[in-house]
Amino acid sequence: MQDFFRLTRKTFSAEFRSDPQIPDNMWIKCPACSEIVYVRELEDNHKVCPKCGYHHRISSQEWLFLFDPASFEEHDSDLLPNDPLNFVSLDVSYGEKLKQTQEKLGMNEAVLSGVGTIEGLPLALAICDFGFMGASMGSVYGEKMARAAERAAEHGMPLLTINRSGGARMQEGLISLMQMAKISVALTRLAAVHQPHISLLIDPCYGGVTASYASVADVIIAEPGASIGFAGKRVIEQTIREKLPPEFQTAEFMLEHGMIDMVIPRGELRGTLSRMLRLYAPSRVA
Amino acid sequence: MNLTGHETYSRELTAWDRVLRARHPERPRTLDYARAIMDDFVELHGDRRFGDDPALIAGIAAFEGQTVAIVGHQKGRDTRENVRRNFGMPHPEGYRKAQRIFQHAAKFGFPLICFIDTPGANPNKDSEERGQANAIAENILIMADLPVPIIAVVIGEGGSGGALAIGVADRLLMLENSIYSVASPEAAASILWRDASKASEAARAMRITAPELHQMGIVDGIISEPDEGAHTDNIATLAHVRVALRAALNELRGLSTAALLQQRYAKYRAIGSYQEAAVHQLEPVAAHQNGHAANTNA
Repeated sequence: MQDFFRLTRKTFSAEFRSDPQIPDNMWIKCPACSEIVYVRELEDNHKVCPKCGYHHRISSQEWLFLFDPASFEEHDSDLLPNDPLNFVSLDVSYGEKLKQTQEKLGMNEAVLSGVGTIEGLPLALAICDFGFMGASMGSVYGEKMARAAERAAEHGMPLLTINRSGGARMQEGLISLMQMAKISVALTRLAAVHQPHISLLIDPCYGGVTASYASVADVIIAEPGASIGFAGKRVIEQTIREKLPPEFQTAEFMLEHGMIDMVIPRGELRGTLSRMLRLYAPSRVA
Repeated sequence: MNLTGHETYSRELTAWDRVLRARHPERPRTLDYARAIMDDFVELHGDRRFGDDPALIAGIAAFEGQTVAIVGHQKGRDTRENVRRNFGMPHPEGYRKAQRIFQHAAKFGFPLICFIDTPGANPNKDSEERGQANAIAENILIMADLPVPIIAVVIGEGGSGGALAIGVADRLLMLENSIYSVASPEAAASILWRDASKASEAARAMRITAPELHQMGIVDGIISEPDEGAHTDNIATLAHVRVALRAALNELRGLSTAALLQQRYAKYRAIGSYQEAAVHQLEPVAAHQNGHAANTNA
């Protein structure tokens, strides 16, 4: 009952990824509605099923569709994780696991960050990649988020964080937990210059990420159907010894309980963000 | 009383020995500190939104001639009290009561003293519906720039986000045999290796003991316990904590609010261990070490 910051595949049941190996002219079966969908059509729809609206998971790079073409400039891409505890694992070592993941995915860590524009309005951004050890929050994750917040504060622009995570990075121990405080102190700088932090919660978002910066943004948006919570469903089911209803911990559940501001389908996000950016920066409105 | 059952007492305790000591039911609890080392203590109740959470104590007290605000997790001594206190695992209303006291401290300029002793925040359906994540997140954010000195003492178990929710501090102190971890050893073993019975290995691997966390620079000071543990001599333990609190308050008293907040910012901003390389590379490079708060292995 104490594993709040869990990171297991079992917790996040809907692991449906479209296979990048499938050529464009193929059809796939939507895992949610079982309808046959043309892959090209799915890609054109930002991987939202055109039949049922199921939101497939997309990578941090794919999220760049939200920004004006070629406006994204990556920062801090050279931050690399350490094994600060010399973590004694009973199976594969932390250092080895990092190396394997980095080689497999071609990325250094779980967060992609930088600056970009939406309809010409600049913002700082940080995007989590669930593929990298479940986007668990280690030192690099925390540092990139904190720098993104400080960058936004320094340049007087809004911050957009796109958050999905299994929680803390166990292998970094208490250093991992303290990233929650680190990102929070950095956010005080952003608040001091009166720039908004917009948090987008996507599937799945749990543990230390929801229990820190992602849940105290000025505006919180979630994708339809995203699983969002503090403790994982399995942990709660073990604690209360009963099955939870399917709608528990969904984006819609969070909206109903007053925890988020809105649920926006992926295809409408750019438009919504653009409106928000204009409203928070009246001096920029043409 | 020999808790661990497999060795006589010595300074060479294993991580698991300390876990058992940290969880010992006879250790002093938050209310013991509030009543015994404060000259006066008035408990305040309720979050003004939903209810009053017995798992988290809040109030104001006189300490060495100065009014301070107090917040702390409260475990019970026996099963009945533990059920009432929910084993020291607060619901959102507990954290929101703490938040009320944080703001109270800021309004009246009272230093804030937090006693950490929880397995973690309560994980159930009600807590999720009432926004457990939001309650913890708000507390962390508020503590990040609360304009009064904050001292946090881990007196038993420091369990994850449920501990950090009252644990962002200018001085973080730990009793010698307390623990502070990102997840309980049982949970970590289950997450990492799918085997909760490997908890003692996880306890060692995560470096959750006071000496290790002090060495890593996350914890500012260790408060010594009687030789055989705090549970063997509550009065001595209370006295040690009193001395440590007095010293920490004295250190912070002279600072201006701006200096205090600047130090707090720098302290938390520096926690992390990473490398910053000019080029993409997969092997750790010691020469570009940029982490501050951890002993690194590169």
